[in-house]
Amino acid sequence: MTIRKMAAIAGTAALALVLTSCAESDRDEPDTGAEDTAGEDAGDGADSTDDGGDDGAQAASDATFIFGAAGAPTVFDPFYASDGETFRVTRQIYQNLIGVEPGGTDFVPELATEWTSEDGLVWDFTIQEGVTFHDGTELNAQAVCDNFERWADQNEAGMSPSGAYYYGNDFGWGEDSLYGGCEATEDYTAQVTVTRVTGKFPSVLSQSSYAIQSPTAMEEFNANDIALEGEAFVFPEYGREHPTGTGPFKFEGYDNAAGTVTLVRNDDFWGEQAGVGTLVFKIIADENARRQELEAGTIHGYDLPNPIDWQALEDAGNQVLIRDPFNVLYLALNPVADPQLEDPLVRQALYHALNRDQLVTSQLPAGASVATQFMPDTVSGWNADIAAYEYDVEKAKDLLEQAGKSDLTIELWYPSEVTRPYMPDPQRIYDAVKADWEAAGITVETVTKPWAGGYIDDTQASRAPAFFLGWTGDLNSADNFLCAFFCGDDNQFGTSAYDFHADLQEQIAAADAEPDEAARTALYEELNANIMSPEWLPGLPLSHSPPALVVAANVQGMVASPLTAEDFSTVTITE
Amino acid sequence: MSEPNLTDTERAGQRTSTRHGLGARKKARIDSLAEAGALSEEEGVSLWRSAWRRLRRDPVFLVGLGITTVFVIIAIIAPWITPHDPSARLLIDQVTPATPIPEPQPGFPLGGDNAGRDLLSRLIAGSRQTLIVGVLATLGGLLGGMILGTIAGGIGGAADTAVMRVVDVMLSIPSLLMAFSIAALFASPSQWTVILAIAIIQVPIFARLLRGSMMAQRHSDHVLAARALGVRRPAIVFRHMLPNSIGPVIVQGTLVLAVSIIDAAALSFLGLGNPNDAIPEWGQMLGKAQVFFNTYPHIAVYPALCIIVVALGFTLMGESLREALDPKSRR
Amino acid sequence: MLKFIIRRVLQAVLALFVLSVLLFAWLRSLPGGVVSALLGERGTPETAAQLRAQLGLDDPIFVQYWRFLQRAIQGDFGVSNGVYRGEPALDVFIQRFPATLELSIFAIALALLLAIPLGYIAARRRGGPLDTGSVIFSLVGVAVPVFFLAYVLKYIFAVKLGWLPPSGRQTVGINATHITNMYVLDGLITREWDAAWDAFKHLILPTIALASIPFAIIFRITRAAVIDVMDEDYVRTARAKGLHSRTIRVRHVMRNALIPVVTIVGLQIGALLAGAVLTEKVFVFQGIGQALAIGFELRDYPVLQVLIMMAALIYIIVNLLVDIAYAVIDPRVRTT
Repeated sequence: MTIRKMAAIAGTAALALVLTSCAESDRDEPDTGAEDTAGEDAGDGADSTDDGGDDGAQAASDATFIFGAAGAPTVFDPFYASDGETFRVTRQIYQNLIGVEPGGTDFVPELATEWTSEDGLVWDFTIQEGVTFHDGTELNAQAVCDNFERWADQNEAGMSPSGAYYYGNDFGWGEDSLYGGCEATEDYTAQVTVTRVTGKFPSVLSQSSYAIQSPTAMEEFNANDIALEGEAFVFPEYGREHPTGTGPFKFEGYDNAAGTVTLVRNDDFWGEQAGVGTLVFKIIADENARRQELEAGTIHGYDLPNPIDWQALEDAGNQVLIRDPFNVLYLALNPVADPQLEDPLVRQALYHALNRDQLVTSQLPAGASVATQFMPDTVSGWNADIAAYEYDVEKAKDLLEQAGKSDLTIELWYPSEVTRPYMPDPQRIYDAVKADWEAAGITVETVTKPWAGGYIDDTQASRAPAFFLGWTGDLNSADNFLCAFFCGDDNQFGTSAYDFHADLQEQIAAADAEPDEAARTALYEELNANIMSPEWLPGLPLSHSPPALVVAANVQGMVASPLTAEDFSTVTITE
Repeated sequence: MSEPNLTDTERAGQRTSTRHGLGARKKARIDSLAEAGALSEEEGVSLWRSAWRRLRRDPVFLVGLGITTVFVIIAIIAPWITPHDPSARLLIDQVTPATPIPEPQPGFPLGGDNAGRDLLSRLIAGSRQTLIVGVLATLGGLLGGMILGTIAGGIGGAADTAVMRVVDVMLSIPSLLMAFSIAALFASPSQWTVILAIAIIQVPIFARLLRGSMMAQRHSDHVLAARALGVRRPAIVFRHMLPNSIGPVIVQGTLVLAVSIIDAAALSFLGLGNPNDAIPEWGQMLGKAQVFFNTYPHIAVYPALCIIVVALGFTLMGESLREALDPKSRR
Repeated sequence: MLKFIIRRVLQAVLALFVLSVLLFAWLRSLPGGVVSALLGERGTPETAAQLRAQLGLDDPIFVQYWRFLQRAIQGDFGVSNGVYRGEPALDVFIQRFPATLELSIFAIALALLLAIPLGYIAARRRGGPLDTGSVIFSLVGVAVPVFFLAYVLKYIFAVKLGWLPPSGRQTVGINATHITNMYVLDGLITREWDAAWDAFKHLILPTIALASIPFAIIFRITRAAVIDVMDEDYVRTARAKGLHSRTIRVRHVMRNALIPVVTIVGLQIGALLAGAVLTEKVFVFQGIGQALAIGFELRDYPVLQVLIMMAALIYIIVNLLVDIAYAVIDPRVRTT
């Protein structure tokens, strides 16, 4: 049994602009170099800004970089958060044991220089020396173990899905918890034990929620005292006012009334100093307004520009940085909501009737691609041999005739009042699917509900026969995609109504429990092939679309990350 | 923008001085209009005749009448004059994220929208849906108001007090806020929820109008005569009182129609409108065009201009009608 | 007078109570809810059920209302779970209300400043081209959707010409001290002139857009009132007595014509709030209108409750004040 070993280059290499994946990746399939793919598709797309000056000489600038955020952060303790607006801020304040390479999805050392295990159960993390938290506390193995212990020691509110969502998903509490224990065997060696072998560990630790925080500050400001008051969660003083990490920026303040989060450079940062003195996240809820502020020069960049604005933004001299797609948009079919869908011929017909090429070119941004399976090609386990279900109206009609459903009527749901990175304009995508299906003689009945106003509730509760939804990956893990869709007996695809349901559950669990990486990848490839086989086909993957961010012409050093995990410390501004 | 229907001839100073409380002005304004129906049938006829004499020479009225007539005609014949099917994605091949809006081209003088549909056809077809929303919302409000107003004005007594208390409370809530709240209540927003939300906020206005008109007629000669002849009460209400209230109702209806069209746009703007744009409506077209305002302003400007012109047409007509029909302004 | 005020206050308290019941029931009958707003596509039926149970959303609505009432009596109106998570809902209101208040004051002031003189002039030249022109202008103002006007103003003056900032309340990094959270006032108090000027520049466009709502109505009321008053016997008498026409204008015409104007200004508060929801959305102006929109989107019940209740309270108080002001201007009222 080969145990995945990670021994990687330590130090600053991780912080430099590394555009090709390096070090520990030993995946079997050829590294597709997603950067290149995106670059080609996007034409003039680039995933990082021109690296104006040389990296070393820039650290002295005291400039203020203002970035337009779309929403308010929840709290500044990422352990209690699950939303991108929060993580964008906390990633600048904190670091994790395991990092992600800039501009990619591969794992690299961050606060741990090395991690090894003989059996997949006991893991030794070698901790970077010479690192201090913003409050002066030293980072050592004990501080790391204090974090692990803190995660495991949650009150009822903390264990809620609205508390430590990621920990609940990845580790859990009580008897079934994945976490076994943590011991500082040496000053800079933390030994973490897990209770079962899983492909997720230790790579889950790269997620923003598992930032390593100062044990002293957490103790002083009661970091674990999350409470449920009435109908809302109240976060402790630590997460609201005293977040303390090891990152390149320190927390300065949050002014909710003005909608600004202010961070300042951490002059004692152990790595390379941040390129700007002050980093401000300005919350601008309206997409138009974000763009206008950039044009007016009152902000230096913002996230998720509308794809229809990309061209105009570039024409105006801004830099649109296109991230590699790390998401999937799918059309879920649920036989619990509509028993007609139990017939695989009907599901195949619905898929063949879709002109996904036209959908992608007309409605999705440059760099988007047609999906052949429920995960993007950058995830290990993606199966290159799966062919797309080709667009063939006649075939769709034949299949429906065979199924005795030539007069098929189906309810198609789409959400209103929402845009997601994988779905810039739900109505237009719905229009395209409706037109395609009608061309195949299918009668489409429309249902639309507001995203938080019934759409999520009803689709999760198997009340929608056919609906649009998607997923943005948290990390390079096939389980992170597949389990989100298909795990459990009452998943959103209603697979319990199919006879392959038991097989599906079994194969997902088996792949996750496989300790050998190559074998695990093979299992996921097989699983993907099964899911997309004509007999299974529980839903119709549509596309992967690249979200972008935009910065002004005078900004350098921004590297777009597929995980939207941009590091703002490399950013500089020329006046 | 939800309270445009104020009469120039209001004598609020005197009238509201005796009535305190929320919505006093709104009430006074409605009551003043209601009095226009409080005339005997002969007087009523002469009122209409003299009003028409004045209106014929009133440029404001004629402009309003012209606009609304053209609008209604287009709305009626819309299906036959649209150059293309307004819901067919004819130009979809030209739609890409870099060029989301097809440009004007032969056969498509205004170009397309971001689903590749012909913009001119959608504007023309939209007139019909806009008229339907306005008319149905107004009729809905009128129907609700008629029921409440008839109960209050026709029966009187405790029923009157109870109904009018409710109506006064409704009048005191800002109407657009109430429309937001009602529209938000529906699980699945659609054109019907928009119509219903706007209709409900018009109910109290029509209720108070009709009740006032009936109260004023109670002691008028023709009602007294009918009663003396032994005509039953419902018959009096429906045969004599209601028909006589038609003047004020038409005036109010004209003004409400304009407000309905604008309010429907506001609901769409806040995401409470009909999300399905298979059948176009101007308010919805404007509400959904927000994202294009920087790059393709014409997508927003065309429906906005249509709304402004039509709303102005109805308002001009309504205001001049009101002035002409107001007994006070005839002296 | 005192009896009248006491009666009105009691009525207001009753109205607020009824409103709180209706509001509570309404918010909880909204489709969807905080659970799906918090979890989005990450939710599963199990996690949603767990969260709903924790938040007490499975209990009968009257039980929930009773819990709310118990806390509310102690001054605890709940904690935000969307707009500003973890912050007391009342604080969200206190932070944001000054912004809306400042905007509304500017809008009303601008509307009065333009509408009263224009209304007066129009009335004096009744039937003339100036009169017809301004009447039609005011009707056009009514016909233009306020959010469209806001977008057009922003597009021309902020985006194309770059004269004014496109959104927000103050430039980031201006380093202003905030005391009242009405930024212009704060700048004046602390003598940070640049901060006051900056905040003022941010206010100009939203003020114009929002002022379009009360402008049309104030103009028409003023015009109608002046026309009416000029025909009144006492004005004619005054004129016959040979009083100076300026004295007549000020003492008799304007004073009496202002009575309905005062009333309408009070009643416009409600319409202004509806307009503020639209205007603040366009200008990303951090007031209660914006908080209402975000709270609604995220189903932040505690914040929505507080914002709407406080808005109702202010509406009622303003109306009470208007009635009192009215009694002061018009002595006839006091006797009734």
